Amino acid sequence: MKPTLPLEELMSPGHLACQGCGAGIAMRTTMKAIGHDAIFTFPACCWTVIDGPFPYSCLEVPLLHMAFEATAATASGIKAAMDTLGKGKTTICGWAGDGGTFDIGLQALSGAAERNNDIFYFCYDNEAYMNTGIQRSGATPYGAWTTTTPVKHFKKEVKKSIDDIVAAHKVPYQATASVAYPEDLYKKLIRAKEIRGFKFIHILAPCPPGWKAKPEDTVKLARLAVQTGIFPVYEVENGKYLQTIKTPTRKPVLEYLKLQGRFKHLKENDVAEVQKLVDSRYAELEKRFSEK
Amino acid sequence: MKKVMMGNHAISYGATLSRVQVIAAYPITPQTQVVELLSEIVADQKLKAEFIKVESEHSAMAACIGASSAGARAFTATSAQGLALMHELLHWAAGARLPIVMANINRAMAPPWTIWSDQNDSLSQRDTGWMQFYCQSNQEVLDSVIIAYKVAEKVLMPVMIVLDAFSLSHTYESVDIPDQALVDKYLPPFDYKYKLDVQNPHTYGGLTTPEWYMEFRIKMHEAMDQALVEIKKEAVAFKKVFGRHYDTVDPYMVDDAETVLVTSGTAASTARYAVDQLRAKGKKVGNLRMRVLRPFPFADVREQLKNAKKVIIVDRDISYGYHGIWAQEVKSALYGHSQVPVWNFIAGLGGRDIFPETFYDIIAQVGKKKKPDQELYWVEVKR
Repeated sequence: MKPTLPLEELMSPGHLACQGCGAGIAMRTTMKAIGHDAIFTFPACCWTVIDGPFPYSCLEVPLLHMAFEATAATASGIKAAMDTLGKGKTTICGWAGDGGTFDIGLQALSGAAERNNDIFYFCYDNEAYMNTGIQRSGATPYGAWTTTTPVKHFKKEVKKSIDDIVAAHKVPYQATASVAYPEDLYKKLIRAKEIRGFKFIHILAPCPPGWKAKPEDTVKLARLAVQTGIFPVYEVENGKYLQTIKTPTRKPVLEYLKLQGRFKHLKENDVAEVQKLVDSRYAELEKRFSEK
Repeated sequence: MKKVMMGNHAISYGATLSRVQVIAAYPITPQTQVVELLSEIVADQKLKAEFIKVESEHSAMAACIGASSAGARAFTATSAQGLALMHELLHWAAGARLPIVMANINRAMAPPWTIWSDQNDSLSQRDTGWMQFYCQSNQEVLDSVIIAYKVAEKVLMPVMIVLDAFSLSHTYESVDIPDQALVDKYLPPFDYKYKLDVQNPHTYGGLTTPEWYMEFRIKMHEAMDQALVEIKKEAVAFKKVFGRHYDTVDPYMVDDAETVLVTSGTAASTARYAVDQLRAKGKKVGNLRMRVLRPFPFADVREQLKNAKKVIIVDRDISYGYHGIWAQEVKSALYGHSQVPVWNFIAGLGGRDIFPETFYDIIAQVGKKKKPDQELYWVEVKR
């Protein structure tokens, strides 16, 4: 059997991710594509902990921990230094959660995207502030329970369209990805490594404790999110949209919602509302996918 | 080569001569000319550097932290609100032991909106782990940038060069631009031992338990102690090459002075004019200009004030509900070492001019009093 991904691991065992952590799978796959000649910077996020406490690290690349809102600016600074020091070939990666991307880090992200700094910006999206104990973020979807959107007052706002915000900056490359489709993510990163300029990679990374889901359902959920159209997987290169995981027939959102305790309280009409929101967003994207 | 230039351009020339490699900055009045000139110098390829025109001061410092971590000599400049926005990352730069140099143009904090000078912005950053050098002339500004990198890269702590808004930043003075070859000899290229290196990958700044956190902190403190030694050493070394001497404190006629006016920044030059006038009338007055806030020069302050009968600290800043900030510092150095009475006056906030008359008024208020009769005195305030 021919493996579909390189066998070399740049992420060692012994890390501190929870069982079934989507963010762990996201990093493991990413590292296979990005390789050794790379520098990472993390803001405050789950990966601050996952990487391991001082003096340990589970990654075989240099890593700079940084403040919560500073990922994109820090990566820009590292890149500028590497360029001026004649080490411009090294891939510079910012790696942030959804809070550090959609919310507190948005300004720095926008700045680096507008300047078209030659860096990768990864957002592993687990749809809430999971590291601090499941508080709602701008990435939390409509209907979800979090500790700051309790069951009685579940989240009424829709998830922020971070991909559209980034797209408005006309960056040379951006993509969404799901940990259920590692080959798709790998392929995108290999392609994007060839592109100079700002690259935004948005990876859906299920969080069993935060989503109140079974650890063994992580990949299943990540796949259902794509198959239901909740998290369409595509890329945008120079403004051209391409759906890389096709979903000609979409599964009902209920199949995805019912596996997660965070949606357990939703009544039939709430589920219908989620379905409506997903359909409308998917229709928007479908138009872009079909544009020549 | 001598050139007439504004204080802001003296910073730009200082950074250029220091061959900074990454500049990240955001505009704020009264700092703008620093980065305008630097962006031109970089665009004209007169300096091999990357200039990141960031979208905020927070990102300016973040980019400097990234660049410095990767082994580049990093520079930025800001003022007041911009410095306050950086606050979190000032701690980060120092905690990460990065020898970043930044110029801060002293501007009073809002509200109410103001663009004029006082020292509350930089003094409020006292405990972030940055060295702070307060300048009195444009020449000192240029020279201090070069010295700052030398000291910073030796002890791996960042330095803030501080200068008054307008009375230095926008005031033109004759400045000697040192020869690049001499600067290169004085300040060798930055070779950072702990840089982000793909050949030798390490993780920096990771989660640290109570088992190790204090060990990081004592190393920072020891680095600051060493910085004081280095500053004194460089005062001699710099003078040897460039003929100009910058110590931790700058005394003027203090040896036989009965009353010493303690000031910082450009207020010192006015104080010195006042000292001359008062001396002509037979009054034994002197001036001690505080140049270095951190690391604090305890021994030098005690030495310079050992003969004084009265010490008057004139602060262009205020810690509300307490004293002026320089007064806290100087008093703390004297406590247990000297019985000299100390007066503290607040003057010149928000860019209000400090005139020679301000000092005459202060001297008159102290008069023949044996000790202060209140904690703090405000001068020239409308009621």
